Amino acid sequence: MFVQRPDIRPATVEVLVDGAPVLVPEGASAAAAVLLAGLSAIRETPVTGAPRLPYCMMGVCFDCLAEIDGVANRQSCMVTVRPGMRIRPQHGAREAYRPEDAA
Amino acid sequence: MSLAYDLAIIGAGPAGMSGALEAAGLGLSVAVIDEQAAPGGQIFRAVEAAAADPALTGEYAREGAALARRFRAMPNIDYRPETTLWHIDIESGLLSLRGARGSGTITAERVLLATGAQERPVPIPGWTLPGVMTAGAAQILLKQAGAVPKGRTVLAGQGPLLWLLAVQLARAGAAPALLLETTPGGALRQAIGAGGLWRGRAMLAKGATLMLEARRAGMKVVRGVRSLRAEGEGAVRRLAWDGGSTSCDTLLLHEGVIPSTHITRALGLAHDWDAAQLCWRPSLDEWGASSHPRIAVAGDGGGIGGWQAAVEGGALAALDAAHRAGKLSAAERDRRAAPHRQARDNALALRPFLDRLYAPAPTVLAPADDATIVCRCEEITAGQVRQAARLGATGPNQAKAYLRTGMGPCQGRMCGTTVAALIAETRGISMEEAGALRPRAPYKPITVGELADLPAAEAV
Repeated sequence: MFVQRPDIRPATVEVLVDGAPVLVPEGASAAAAVLLAGLSAIRETPVTGAPRLPYCMMGVCFDCLAEIDGVANRQSCMVTVRPGMRIRPQHGAREAYRPEDAA
Repeated sequence: MSLAYDLAIIGAGPAGMSGALEAAGLGLSVAVIDEQAAPGGQIFRAVEAAAADPALTGEYAREGAALARRFRAMPNIDYRPETTLWHIDIESGLLSLRGARGSGTITAERVLLATGAQERPVPIPGWTLPGVMTAGAAQILLKQAGAVPKGRTVLAGQGPLLWLLAVQLARAGAAPALLLETTPGGALRQAIGAGGLWRGRAMLAKGATLMLEARRAGMKVVRGVRSLRAEGEGAVRRLAWDGGSTSCDTLLLHEGVIPSTHITRALGLAHDWDAAQLCWRPSLDEWGASSHPRIAVAGDGGGIGGWQAAVEGGALAALDAAHRAGKLSAAERDRRAAPHRQARDNALALRPFLDRLYAPAPTVLAPADDATIVCRCEEITAGQVRQAARLGATGPNQAKAYLRTGMGPCQGRMCGTTVAALIAETRGISMEEAGALRPRAPYKPITVGELADLPAAEAV
C-alpha cells in the first residue's frame, strides 16, 4: 500500500481504477495509480490465479500487466496516466474476444 | 519512407542524454528513443517534475536536473519519448518503433544502446506476494508520483541503493523500520583488499553519511541475514530468516543491478560472463563498440559503473560515431576522448571495492530452496529447473522447451540468469557453458493492430 504526499506532488489527474475515480499526480504511471488506489492485486496469474502487484516498476518483470482503456496486457508501469484513463486489473490471460465488447 | 539518422540512441538516461549532446554538437543527426515520458532514465527518473522534492536532494536534483535541462535545450536532437523499440534489423539499420502516435520506422547508420540496468532478481520464497517489490520500484514511485509505502517497511539485501532509499523515504516521512542486510561477515575486509579507496574517497564519504542519516532516522539493521523468506496469504505479512522473524507490510528487495542485455542478446551480439559482477555483459571495445559494426553500447547496459561513468561512456561512444561518420579524424576523436576517459576512470575507482563488498551470495543466483519460484511469469520453481537439468536441459535455451521458463511475458528478463545458474550448479558446468538466454523480437509485446499500422512498404 502506497500513500501520496499531496503537499509535494499535488494529485491533479483523475483516472478510473477498477471503475472507481482516483486522483494521482501528473506523470504518475497507471501502475502507481493502482498502488495508490490500494487494490490488493493488479492481476491474477494465468497459471495458478495467484494475485500480483507491480514488482519492478521499470518495465522488466511484466507483473503489472493490466487492461488500460480496453486494451489488455499493457505494462501499466510504462503507461503515463491521462485524465479519464480506465485501468482495470487483469484476471488471468488476456481475452482475445469478449462478446460484450463486440455488442 | 523512414526518416534516416546518423545515430539512433536507445534510452534517455545519463549515457543516452550525454551521447546525444556530444553527437548533436558534432553535427550528427540524432534520434533518441525512450520508453519514458520524460528524460532521466531510472537514476534521474522524472527529474524535471521531482527535483524540488525535499526527499530527493543531492546528485539527482543537481547534476540530474542539469543534464536533463541541457538535453532539452539542445537543437538537432529528435527526442521521441513514450516510444518503444521492438525490433532492429541489424543489417539495414531499420528500427521498428511503437510510439504514442502509433507504429513507425526510422533508419540509422549507427545505433547506440543506452538501455541501462535492471535490478538483479532476488528469488526468495514468497517474493511473488503482493507487497514485495524491488527497492528501485519504491524509489521510482517516490520520484514519479511522490508516493511512499505505508505501514511497516522492511528493506532486505545489500548495496548502496538501499541506504540511499532509506534516507529518501525517511526524508519523505516514511522511514523504513528495518534493514535485513545479507552481506556476510568478512566481506568488508576482503573488499578493502580490492583497493580504490583513496580515489573513491568522495563516494565512500557520501555512503557513510547516508548510513548515519538512515540510522538516525530510526532504521534498525540486522547483519548477515541468510535464508530470508516472505510469508502471508494474498500479501506479505511476515518475514523470517535464520534466527529471526518480523512483521512486514512492504518488503523492498535489492541485491544490486545488472546490465539490461535483452536487446543486445536478441541481436546475437557477443557477450561475456562477468565473474566480478556476476552478470552477462556485451563484449565492447574502449569506445563501447560491440561485435557488430553498426551497434555500440554505453552506460550500465555495458557493465555496471553508475551514472557518472555512463555520462562519460555516452560521450565516448558519440565521439566514435562521429569518427565513423567521417566528421572527426581518429586523432581528433582521441584528443577529445582523453578527458572523458580520465573522468570515467575516476568514476569507476570504487567499483572493485563495491563489487567485492556487495557480491551476491550463490543462493541469490541459484536459490537453495527447491520450492522457490524462479520464473515469475510461468510460476516455475528452482526444483523444477534442477529436475530439467538432470533430465538433460543443458542451458536456459533448452529449458524453455522443458518448462516454458523465458517464454512468458517478460521473455526471461527476470529468470534467465537464475535458470542458467541452477542448470550450471546441477550439471557442474560454468555459466559460460550454460549460456545466456537468446530472446527474440518483438523486444516488447505489440498488438497485431500496431503491426498492421506499419507503412505498407516496410511491413515485414
